[in-house]
Amino acid sequence: MLQITNLHANVGDKPILKGLTLSLNAGEIHAIMGPNGAGKSTLGYVLSGRPGYEVTEGSVTFNGQDLLALEPHERAAAGLFLGFQYPVEIPGVSNVQFLREALNAQRKYRGEAPLTGGEFLKVAREQAGALGMDMDMLKRPVNVGFSGGEKKRNEMVQMGIIDPALAILDETDSGLDIDALRVVGDGINRIMRKPDKAVLLITHYQRLLDYVKPDFVHVLDGGRITRTGGAELALELERDGYKELAA
Amino acid sequence: MSAPTRHNEAWRYSDIAAVEAAWPLPAPESIIVPAGGTFARTIIQDSGTIHQLDIAIGKGATAAIHVLNIGGDYGRVELNVTLHEGADFKLGAVQIGGGSQTLEVITTVTHAEPGATSSQIVRSVLAGTATGTYLGKVAVARDAQQTDSVQSVKAMLLDRSATANAKPELEIYADDVKCAHGCAIGELDAMGLFYLQARGITPADAKKLMLQAFVAGVFEGAADEEALTEAALAKLGDLV
Repeated sequence: MLQITNLHANVGDKPILKGLTLSLNAGEIHAIMGPNGAGKSTLGYVLSGRPGYEVTEGSVTFNGQDLLALEPHERAAAGLFLGFQYPVEIPGVSNVQFLREALNAQRKYRGEAPLTGGEFLKVAREQAGALGMDMDMLKRPVNVGFSGGEKKRNEMVQMGIIDPALAILDETDSGLDIDALRVVGDGINRIMRKPDKAVLLITHYQRLLDYVKPDFVHVLDGGRITRTGGAELALELERDGYKELAA
Repeated sequence: MSAPTRHNEAWRYSDIAAVEAAWPLPAPESIIVPAGGTFARTIIQDSGTIHQLDIAIGKGATAAIHVLNIGGDYGRVELNVTLHEGADFKLGAVQIGGGSQTLEVITTVTHAEPGATSSQIVRSVLAGTATGTYLGKVAVARDAQQTDSVQSVKAMLLDRSATANAKPELEIYADDVKCAHGCAIGELDAMGLFYLQARGITPADAKKLMLQAFVAGVFEGAADEEALTEAALAKLGDLV
């Protein structure tokens, strides 16, 4: 589904990704762990097309398409979803308005009919309910006044409504208490653990992986993948640290 | 009397050539709101004209003016308001300019007597090499105690080649007053735009959404709120 080959990327003038190669197949859940500054968030931003992040070498294919040739909104319509590490506040624009426009923009791009107001509210209510958010929260401006944990759960509500093919979740577990962690973990499993979907979990800590068991764990260090293993690699890293296991 | 020049503070940012061409101007429209009365007016300036109003608001009376300043090469809305005891004045103004338009809202609000309230909310969105200006003087007379006045002025520059001018001016001679004033001039939040696009919204629609939010609320309470909002959104659509 996703083939990243020898990806080099700069943030401004600074090289961060230095030859990253990674493949994800449909039905797989991958975790990326690594020390601070390794380039984990950079990978997420490069894949979703954030301005200021320049690819200097390499290629990315998503379901056969050249991902890097697409604009951010086109990548979203193609089925890519980035769960932000720091979800953005947008004063004055309600969650409901934002998501309905986003979903219908994607559907339009794909040649699908838009959802009516009523149809959309039904989907929104279901997804919000499943993540313990009530409709009142959805009527408020995007992420304004939300706690860190609420912002992360709101990302999952958005993921449920948009229902992407590939979710790249950037430190989705940071800022979550024990209960929220379970709710988010269950949400990821419910929405994304499907044979035609894939997930790339970017995470610092092992604990989310207790709830969302990965098929593969990769270590991103110095802008490249230095090690790949199964789920047990995350436990080794937790126990021994990144330095010990440096390639 | 000859046309003003840039040395006249109230015309400092105006399109002087356009002013000279329009000079001499007719006398300002004079409106007297009787004690206890209400007055409301909507001004949609969309053809490059100069509107000047003098409004005297009597004891306990209210006046609400809503302005949408969007059209022509040069558009100016000038309000000279005097408040008597316990009177209330509200201004909600939106200016949207592109190309090389020059748009301005110039107000002088005089709290001549005690206990009056005034509130001015101005939002400008400017693109291209347009210039949008708000000059707002609030004068509080020596005996005008318990004055409560608010000025909230924000401008959004869609291009760095555009210009916004904001000059709230307070001349206060009483000592038991509230005169709040806030100004901000900025750009659309790049992370906000990226977040919207990362969810599938096109760059132009992302800007429109955020700009809609930026001008929202200014026309609340106007009789033709819907028409004003529609016209504002249409002009914003042209700009992005």
